[in-house]
Amino acid sequence: MTVTTAQHRPYPRPRDYWLIALILGVITAAEVTVTYLDFLDAAVAPMLLVMAAAKFAIVVGWFMHLRFEAPIYRRLFLIGIVAVPILFGAVLFTFGILIG
Amino acid sequence: MSAAVHEEHAHDPAHIRKVAMWVFLGSECLLFGTLISTFLLYRTRTGDGPTAAEIFDIPFTSISSFILLMSSLTMVLAHHSTGRKDWRQMRVWLVATALLGMTFLAGQVFEFTGFVEEGLTVTTSPFGSSFFVLTSFHGTHVAVGVLMLLVTALMSYTGRWRPDAGMDVELVGLYWHFVDIVWIVIFTVVYLLGV
Repeated sequence: MTVTTAQHRPYPRPRDYWLIALILGVITAAEVTVTYLDFLDAAVAPMLLVMAAAKFAIVVGWFMHLRFEAPIYRRLFLIGIVAVPILFGAVLFTFGILIG
Repeated sequence: MSAAVHEEHAHDPAHIRKVAMWVFLGSECLLFGTLISTFLLYRTRTGDGPTAAEIFDIPFTSISSFILLMSSLTMVLAHHSTGRKDWRQMRVWLVATALLGMTFLAGQVFEFTGFVEEGLTVTTSPFGSSFFVLTSFHGTHVAVGVLMLLVTALMSYTGRWRPDAGMDVELVGLYWHFVDIVWIVIFTVVYLLGV
């Protein structure tokens, strides 16, 4: 059964949510496993960041229903998301200089 | 979207509440962004205190992370139940979500106690300060979320359940999922990349 309300595309079904949760669990297990694989060395950090980004996108897109919602919600949240790396850069740069 | 439809949509209280929640969550991104940036800045400044690699228990935190991740599943199932007006099922999933949130918080308290015993406090080093401020701030958000979940579940028993109560559950759900995605970032950046 799909649940629909005004102004958005049909939401996923419970079966889909369970499947998404399973995928999230598998990614989390992979993250932890990668941390213990010494031979991956410098590849660990990028792999972990990609997996975290995937989990983030899955939760926001499916559990928070952002991919099914009216575009205005997506835009509002994206403003915050896009501003974060800018803030990251500003904080790290500013305090990096001050702290040395 | 035509001007008339847009006008009608703009005055829809549900839409306004949802917009407000997304604006709030966008601003929360900046708040946590600042705290994570500060942690990254100070993560190697451990002074005489223990380092992240010495004290972090990755298997334990992984289980906590998994519990919080699964609470997002129970939350979305609670929201789905409101769509079917199955209030009993909704209460079951809301309480399940709150219990998972409380389990996560209990894990955090246990973890913090261990850190303090091993010599890492909020005043030990810049690393300790930034770590505890970031994770405690997130923990406070989880605690507020648990409270909101329990109040929402209790409200449904009082008979003052409005026809648009599904929106209340949706907004609580958005907040809860946000707390979850913040932890996804903290778990990777602070814990996994920290050891």
